[in-house]
Amino acid sequence: MKKLWNSYRYLFFRRFTQISLLILYFGANAWGWKMLQGNLSSSTILGVIPMSDPYAALQMLAAGATLATDLLLGVLVVTLLYFVVGGRAFCSWVCPINMVTDFASFVRELIGMNKLTGVKQPASRKLRYWVLGLSLIVSAIMGLAAFEFISPISMLHRGIVFGIGFGWAGVLIIFLFDLFVLKNGWCGHICPLGGFYSILGKFSLIRVKHNEENCTLCMKCKVVCPENQVLHMIGKKSLPVLSGECTNCARCIEVCDDDALSFSLRSMAQNKKTGE
Amino acid sequence: MSLSRREFLKSSAAASAAAAIGMNVPTELEASAATAESGWRWDKAACRFCGTGCGIMMATKNGKIVAVKGDPAAPVNRGLNCIKGYFNAKIMYGADRLTQPLLRMDDKGNFDKQGKFAPVTWERAFDEMELNIRKALKASGPEGVAVFASGQYTIMEGYAAQKMMKGGFRSNAIDPNARHCMASAVVGFYQTFGIDEPSGCYDDIELTDTVVSWGSNMAEMHPILWSRVTDRKLSDPDRVKVINMSTYRHRTSDLADIEIIFTPNTDLAMWNYIAREIVYNNPDAIDWDFLKKNIIFAASPVNMGYGMRRAGEKSVMPVREDGSAGKYTAKEMETYNHEMVHKVSANEAPALKAYGYKEGDDMVNKPAGLKHWEISFEEYKKFLEPYTLDYVAKISKGDPDEDINAFKKKLQTLADLYIEKGRKVVSFWTMGMNQHTRGTWVNTLSYNVHFMLNKQALPGSGAFSLTGQPSACGTAREVGTFCHRLPADMMVKNPHHREKVEKRWKIPAGTLNPVGNQHIMKIHRDIEDGLVKFAWVNVCNAYQDSANAKHWIKAAREMDNFIVTSDGYPGISAMVSDLVLPSAMIYEKWGAYGNAERRSQHWRQQVLPVGHAMSDTWQWMELSKRFTVKDVWGPYTLRNGKQLADVRKAAHDLGYTDDTTMYEILYANEEAKSYKIDMNSFPQKGYDNSDCSGDSRNVIGGDGKVVKGCGFMVHEYLWEEYASFGRGHGHDLAPFTVYHKVRGLKWPVVDGKETPWRFNVKYDPYAAAAVKKSGNGSDFAFYGTLAKALPYGNLMGVTNSEKKPLTNKAKIFARPYMDPPEVPDTNYDTWLCTGRVLEHWHSGTMTMRVPELFRAVPEALCYMNPKTAEEKGLKQGDLCWVESRRGRVKAHVETRGRNRPPRGLVFVPWFDEKVFINKVCLDATCPQSKQTDYKKCAVKIYKA
Amino acid sequence: MSKALSDRRKFILNMARGVGLATMSGFIWSAFIDEATAAKLTLRPPGALKEEDFLKTCIKCGLCVEACPYDTLSLAAPGDNKAIGTPFFIPRDIPCYMCTDIPCVPVCPTGALDESSVTTNEKLDINVADMGLAIVDEKSCVAFWGIQCDACYRACPLLDVAITIEYSKNERTGKHAFLKPVVHADACTGCGMCEHACITEDAAIKILPRDLVQGKAGSHYIKGWDKEDEKRLENAKEIKTVTEISKKTAVDSLNSNLLEDLY
Repeated sequence: MKKLWNSYRYLFFRRFTQISLLILYFGANAWGWKMLQGNLSSSTILGVIPMSDPYAALQMLAAGATLATDLLLGVLVVTLLYFVVGGRAFCSWVCPINMVTDFASFVRELIGMNKLTGVKQPASRKLRYWVLGLSLIVSAIMGLAAFEFISPISMLHRGIVFGIGFGWAGVLIIFLFDLFVLKNGWCGHICPLGGFYSILGKFSLIRVKHNEENCTLCMKCKVVCPENQVLHMIGKKSLPVLSGECTNCARCIEVCDDDALSFSLRSMAQNKKTGE
Repeated sequence: MSLSRREFLKSSAAASAAAAIGMNVPTELEASAATAESGWRWDKAACRFCGTGCGIMMATKNGKIVAVKGDPAAPVNRGLNCIKGYFNAKIMYGADRLTQPLLRMDDKGNFDKQGKFAPVTWERAFDEMELNIRKALKASGPEGVAVFASGQYTIMEGYAAQKMMKGGFRSNAIDPNARHCMASAVVGFYQTFGIDEPSGCYDDIELTDTVVSWGSNMAEMHPILWSRVTDRKLSDPDRVKVINMSTYRHRTSDLADIEIIFTPNTDLAMWNYIAREIVYNNPDAIDWDFLKKNIIFAASPVNMGYGMRRAGEKSVMPVREDGSAGKYTAKEMETYNHEMVHKVSANEAPALKAYGYKEGDDMVNKPAGLKHWEISFEEYKKFLEPYTLDYVAKISKGDPDEDINAFKKKLQTLADLYIEKGRKVVSFWTMGMNQHTRGTWVNTLSYNVHFMLNKQALPGSGAFSLTGQPSACGTAREVGTFCHRLPADMMVKNPHHREKVEKRWKIPAGTLNPVGNQHIMKIHRDIEDGLVKFAWVNVCNAYQDSANAKHWIKAAREMDNFIVTSDGYPGISAMVSDLVLPSAMIYEKWGAYGNAERRSQHWRQQVLPVGHAMSDTWQWMELSKRFTVKDVWGPYTLRNGKQLADVRKAAHDLGYTDDTTMYEILYANEEAKSYKIDMNSFPQKGYDNSDCSGDSRNVIGGDGKVVKGCGFMVHEYLWEEYASFGRGHGHDLAPFTVYHKVRGLKWPVVDGKETPWRFNVKYDPYAAAAVKKSGNGSDFAFYGTLAKALPYGNLMGVTNSEKKPLTNKAKIFARPYMDPPEVPDTNYDTWLCTGRVLEHWHSGTMTMRVPELFRAVPEALCYMNPKTAEEKGLKQGDLCWVESRRGRVKAHVETRGRNRPPRGLVFVPWFDEKVFINKVCLDATCPQSKQTDYKKCAVKIYKA
Repeated sequence: MSKALSDRRKFILNMARGVGLATMSGFIWSAFIDEATAAKLTLRPPGALKEEDFLKTCIKCGLCVEACPYDTLSLAAPGDNKAIGTPFFIPRDIPCYMCTDIPCVPVCPTGALDESSVTTNEKLDINVADMGLAIVDEKSCVAFWGIQCDACYRACPLLDVAITIEYSKNERTGKHAFLKPVVHADACTGCGMCEHACITEDAAIKILPRDLVQGKAGSHYIKGWDKEDEKRLENAKEIKTVTEISKKTAVDSLNSNLLEDLY
């Protein structure tokens, strides 16, 4: 039992956080709660502290919109937050799509889909940066925040808070895509918001750290990791995971039976070294 | 449904074959025969709603009404309708129609006042009614059995109900919701003309130069008449003037040249001001020749109270130290105490000076009844003296933000328009002047002005009381379903009238009860006092439409009594009841309505009722089968000590036995049976008649057997018997069949001709005959016979009690301005006025079930001035409490809607069950007409 | 040849493929957005910027939706056929009740709902909001049949300003009048209370976005009887006209062979 808890404790906390946030947002619309109003695009805490999606703001900027002070403040708050907790902590701790893609990943493992497609993935993880770039170009050309009109993340989140319409279809597409087409396809390859937070996350403070001395090379961590390219140092060198693509989901930490992985603060020295 | 050619041939062949042998065709087959020809069938009917009386045509298909159109041949509306009329086809088909009798029962199926409603048979329903009526008769005598009647009864229904109540149960406790609607107009007519109902007709609109609307939002409440007023204004915009007199701005102001916003109750003062202008400043305008020939002057007591409960009544006993009394709180008693003693206010003092009162005096109120006496013109002139422009403007100006001089100017212009020589003037009014603690007074004051100027009973001129309900005139007034009335303006109090009716009804002399005082508020109060033990709600919503409703609902629910409601839908009254009966709605039965211009209109049964619903006429006949001569015609002692004789023996002399049922005497008698069912000829041919022949639904009736109907044409019988009372007495109605061929006729119908303007020799054969007889050469004869012999006196009272006859004369009354019993003070600082909106009819049971009308106006709002809202810390759309000494309701604030009250007044309509404003309203009435004043009480408004 | 691609060539090909794919996706993406935002019939909350700027600026957070006390506003979900995630309302279902404190506008974090556009003299003023414009279908409006309705007029929060009644004689009956509703475009806020109240099966008075309903007269003609109208001159531009006949220069047309056809 204890072992079970140990292997899933972070997963539990993540799900708890994701669902609690959804409930708070939902409650704001349905029952007028004041804790967290709005949605992931922009919201206020207790009606005071603004929070806004910096990537959405970036697209608006590209589209040629004037950014209001409230919006900029919100962007600042969110940027600072993810600067501390790790950029892609958004992906694993907040984003509701994460639950969908994790589930797809789980089913994929269960039915042996991975064996069918083999190890070779048909797409590069760099794709998301192309999509990110493209979103800004389309935004500029169309004069609209381009990704916001197709984002399955907002679709699902808005859907849960304000009513989903046919938004479930978009979510289903992602699920099927991840299940049958590309492992970790959406979150690990395409999502430009993930790409954006990857870039932001390069500089963030909380990091997973590898202790090579304890490593038994069981590679459980690499199996569970949705972005396993970030764990290139496993069994080789005691290093913190410095790639912004790490989502700080802590699955690697909890599956490690040998205390070879843990959270740590990025040291100031290293921070400087990466050239901030 | 589409009938195949073969089916068509089959069904029409069956129909004609059946008709040939006089058999009743199963309704479905017959309906299909009629519809197969064109797909639908058109037939004429009257609109279900207001007193305007628009003619409509109903399209029926497959036994259901599918469409309605305005009847282009109808003279009132020429094919047009308002939006309530537009939805006549939809009103009967609400998803929650009552389809079977429902009784409050316990688990074992026994009646239980605290039980839940569950379906029962008609037989069981009548068993319970019979049992409880017997109990009530035993406990309280005839006064213990009451009916909340209606101005929306068909004429025949009202007559059937009246016969059983007054002739059968010997109870006069039958009073219609029309009491709330135009009782003050009726007493005004009686006192002034000696006969009920307006002298003019709607053609006045096209003929007049001036329309003055007094306390009437015609634009919303009589839309078709209003469109005629609008047309008149358009046809000569400079000449034709429209004046709106109201306590708040409403849609009628849109067209008005002058809008006069006055303080509630001061219409009394303004009428007297106009009269004073005539007498003091324009004496040349008085037509003395007309006055001398046709008019006398009269006065009546002023200390008559406000029609509220009086000290000593059972439910206001004992009086406790804290000021509360019986079932009434100390707060409620603050107002009720005015009923006994009223302190004369500064506003009233000048008007009451001639009656010997000054400011601060205690006026001790006594029930005055309808007593009045003749006075001299000089006395009348003296009475008018205080109503100067300064005084009247000071107390009347209703908008605190209006400039007093501007207001004075408007009053002056108003008077000038009335007085202007050659200018025709019609004064219309409805609830503003009727729902008034001095309603009778203000009604009579309107005629004063018209009489002095000889602008009454003339084409295009006259004071014209409009009615609210579709048959307030036709049924409530003409049939006399009031506690004090009998058909055709006869009175239960008058022994000759009773005798006439007893003879006509073939019931023993002395059967009819001479005491008729249980008006609708009195019935409620008698239930609260525990006297009335059985009450039946017919075609009305007595528990939603009565002011101070909490008391009456509590009494109905918590005391030992049995309340029955017959209705189409589950409204508040049904909810309050112990037994609910499903009633056939308007086009599911044969019927007739009479509108505000004396026009009677008939229609045939268009469709079968839904479920097991049956008409109110049928319900009355079924009930009457349960009571025999020995049950109801024994001796009784009334509460005032008067004896009702044992007439059973006299009944034997008329050929009845102890076991003859009331049904056989009052409905299925030999005369009735002479009106045959005749499915071969007009107007019965091709139309259902559930009451007389039963129908294809095979409803199981009150005797546990399939309803086969009474077997004779009961509608024609009831009509003809009822009409026989008025024929030859100025109330002449045409034969039943004639009405099915015409678009209504304005009575008196003499020699087949209707009468447009009564009392006018030129147009009214009765007036012509009266003048011929009197030989005074007048152009008019006010030939009504009620109160036509008066003693003589002065303002203070009678000086010579010898009664002088005033044949053919009408009266001008001296009646002063007085305050209402509840005036805003520091605690309850705002006037509350209630009323209707165009989209909804009365308590909304029908119109709130029409989706389009529901969406248009889904809830009652609290209309107020933006400044009032600001003072109370409210903004547009906020929820506020409207609280009086009696209760409170929550409503949304509307500061920019259709009604724009001045500061200090709010308007909340009463159609909405959820904004139950009658919990807040005061049950004060005009002490003469007993009509409730819904238009004014004091409330406070605060944020909810 | 195919086996031995040089690294350089590989790089160039990869680059070309990337750019090609990006261009293709970009076009598909743009087309989708164009389609998704083409719903011209969308009614926006009070204070919304011009549709183009609104779509640009709205972050789709739903704070306005949450602020509305009447549940008037919704965020467009896929399938609503509106720009996804943006707030809108359907007056026939729930109209804008024109709250005097306009709670939906100040909460907007991006200024897509612009407070200054619903402000008069530094106070919020819902009466200057412009959500759309009511138009009456005279064919199905029963008031034009002579029915006494005016439900829209009585429902209008700017009664007698945004909707007035026009009176005219009903010649058919000879004694009734038509009371027809007339919408005044300069006062109508497009709140939709009229459309909501309309008693016909499908509303005979409907709210549409203003630019869809209204035309525009050119600034080259100013009403001589209306001083106010001169305001339109502020936007007046230099006039230069081209028609079929004037598209060539004067010299070219004089030199054209048209001359030969003249005789």
